[in-house]
Amino acid sequence: MSATTGDLASTHGHGEESYLTAKSGIASWLLTVDHKRIGIMYLGAILSFFMIGGLIALAFRLELATAQPDLFSGNVYNRLFTLHGAIMVFLVLVPSIPASLGNFVLPLMLGAKDVAFPKLNLLSFHIYIVGALFLVYTLLSGGVETGWTFYTPYSSTTDSSVVSALLGAFILGFSSILTGINFIVTIHKMRAPGLTWARLPLFVWASYSTSMIQVLATPVIAITLFLLVFERTMGIGIFDPALGGDPVLFQHFFWFYSHPVVYVMILPAFGVISETVSINSRKHIFGYSAIAASSIAIAAIGFLVWGHHMFVSGQSDMAGTIFSLITFGVAVPTAIKVFSWVATMYKGSIELNTVMLYTLSFLFIFAIGGLTGLFLATLAVDVHMHDTYFVVAHFHYVMMGGTLMGFIAGIHHWWPKITGRMYPEGPAKIGAWLVFIGFNLTFFTQFVAGSRGMPRRYHEYAPEFEIWQFWSTVGSFVLAAGLFLTLGYLLWSLKGGAKAPRNPWGAKSLEWQTESPPIEHNFHAQVICRTGPYDFEEIDHSKA
Amino acid sequence: MSTGNETESEVAAGHGEHPAFLAHHFHDAAQQKSAVKLGMWAFLVQEILFFAGLFMAYFAFRALYPETWLVAHELLDKRMGAFNTVVLLFSSLTMALAVRACQLDDIKGSIRYLWITIACALGFMVVKYFEYSHKFHLGLLPGKYYSYDGIEGGAPELFFSVYFMMTGVHGLHVVIGVGIMVWLIFGPLRQGKVSSKYYAVVENTGLYWHLVDLIWIFLFPLLYLVR
Repeated sequence: MSATTGDLASTHGHGEESYLTAKSGIASWLLTVDHKRIGIMYLGAILSFFMIGGLIALAFRLELATAQPDLFSGNVYNRLFTLHGAIMVFLVLVPSIPASLGNFVLPLMLGAKDVAFPKLNLLSFHIYIVGALFLVYTLLSGGVETGWTFYTPYSSTTDSSVVSALLGAFILGFSSILTGINFIVTIHKMRAPGLTWARLPLFVWASYSTSMIQVLATPVIAITLFLLVFERTMGIGIFDPALGGDPVLFQHFFWFYSHPVVYVMILPAFGVISETVSINSRKHIFGYSAIAASSIAIAAIGFLVWGHHMFVSGQSDMAGTIFSLITFGVAVPTAIKVFSWVATMYKGSIELNTVMLYTLSFLFIFAIGGLTGLFLATLAVDVHMHDTYFVVAHFHYVMMGGTLMGFIAGIHHWWPKITGRMYPEGPAKIGAWLVFIGFNLTFFTQFVAGSRGMPRRYHEYAPEFEIWQFWSTVGSFVLAAGLFLTLGYLLWSLKGGAKAPRNPWGAKSLEWQTESPPIEHNFHAQVICRTGPYDFEEIDHSKA
Repeated sequence: MSTGNETESEVAAGHGEHPAFLAHHFHDAAQQKSAVKLGMWAFLVQEILFFAGLFMAYFAFRALYPETWLVAHELLDKRMGAFNTVVLLFSSLTMALAVRACQLDDIKGSIRYLWITIACALGFMVVKYFEYSHKFHLGLLPGKYYSYDGIEGGAPELFFSVYFMMTGVHGLHVVIGVGIMVWLIFGPLRQGKVSSKYYAVVENTGLYWHLVDLIWIFLFPLLYLVR
């Protein structure tokens, strides 16, 4: 069933080498302007930091397995969860899908030879590395214990390495902005002839909305972190109540960026799921324009809800009520997407491969993550849930469960295109089940603990929570086993995997019309788009 | 949005004739030009949002301490601020003329106008230097270094924190603008890469420079002319 359409791969199509073999040497990678190579370097860097952030999480999950402090002092524990958060947010989740898969796939989907500004693309990767080095330096110089949110006045007074962490996040912001600008221009200007807006794959629509947020929100966190650096080094007092400043102003600034940025993290995953659910159901996506428009709607409404992080920070009741109402508004376009995906599967011919397993995991986990978000948007409930494990669990259900399930689904979906090799289905399915079970065991227990009052950010806690924390730790190791298995077979498949045909999934979008892996300039001749990305043949239901 | 309907024979040529300025991944000069300009506009949008944080801080503290704002702003030199406003406005004119000269294939003229623009920018920074050093001398420093005692009312140091951060970040943009213009002169313009056929790089520098001016147009009344 897998190789339905498409020609078999001929890596030397018209005598042109694949992008992987066209040039060699380290400089041909580090100084490349090829969006595909840049995407791969991003993928390598992001997955490395994902592993570091994950190992840090395993370390403090071990500490949390019992109610007493066993391994770490409170101070070390605080540094561990701060680094886990900062690495996962700034180095993994924000760039995750757009910078790696997006960079690789987007120009191919558009039938373009490259992104609009290839050198800028390389620059944003180099900026990413410099920002990452600042965070690594922070780690080596003793770390920070402020939490990834850097709330003032604690962050402006503690004596840990806050400045290097702030500069790291500041620099990473520019990487994100440049990628956003590049994608916006690429989508507007680089589309192949015939590729109208209504024929764009939904991954492109999701990337477009993501880029909008990156360009509009990231500069605000940049100036905020910049001011906080001056606050620490020069004592300018803007966030310091002792000098007449306002620490809550920092929270407003911070969440004006950091709420929209959760949509930077999740929208690309929505894009991946829109592709994989349609292709693996062999059915045209349900509600194409509704899904496309809801990405834009989420991006737009996302700018008006930041106050829901500050229900207990002393903002006025009126502001709280309005922020709560608008937050409920985000649920509408989000639900439109979820219902459309489910409707796409209805009467489809579902191929239950690994990609689809991750897609279904995404739907299950994201539904829980999204709905618990509504609990927290409810003012009266949030007063009790604020700063408990309920918030931690909600955040991980949407960000880890949502974004990373989408990311892993996307990696598997485009793996044949990127590497020219198929991943092995057998171990991949085992990995998918381990990840799904491990994830839910880790974080569903945290919903229970949180709803019973377990506060976040404590390494020592009341004994009645021990049962939930223990099983959460067990789950985290099952999850890690699944992820390491995944890493293992993906690396193995680079040499041992079956050679991938051009279009192993029978997909209709343009990236599958070139070789696997693609040639350096993507296509042999200018592609001309004549069909939509989801125009699959009618399914014959008489055989069912 | 114009990429849609090129003739197929033209696009099918793929690796056909490329003028020197045309990057390999664009079909033609028109596509490259429109892409480069859209990219610049998107960049300017993020610049505006970068400054937006500072403007929000300004308005938040002005709402908290309206009397302080009124008293403290009198310590800024209105004449120097007004002079600098005129200088920057004039530099916007010369920048526009530099772009115009490129459109007319007058590269020498374009370089001449850019030098005048650079001179204005440096003049602006010199005036700023005198303003800053006068403030430093009086102890009108930001935050915890503030030591002037002639202002009644709450948190006068915050006014100067905001003043120095806003004008400092703006000044940084002026200096970066000078750097870009010098590069433009010794790079693309002198090396003959710019002509009436392709001058997007000069035009984009102009767009950036106009934005820097425009931000000052808001900074001047907000900081120097509080009422």
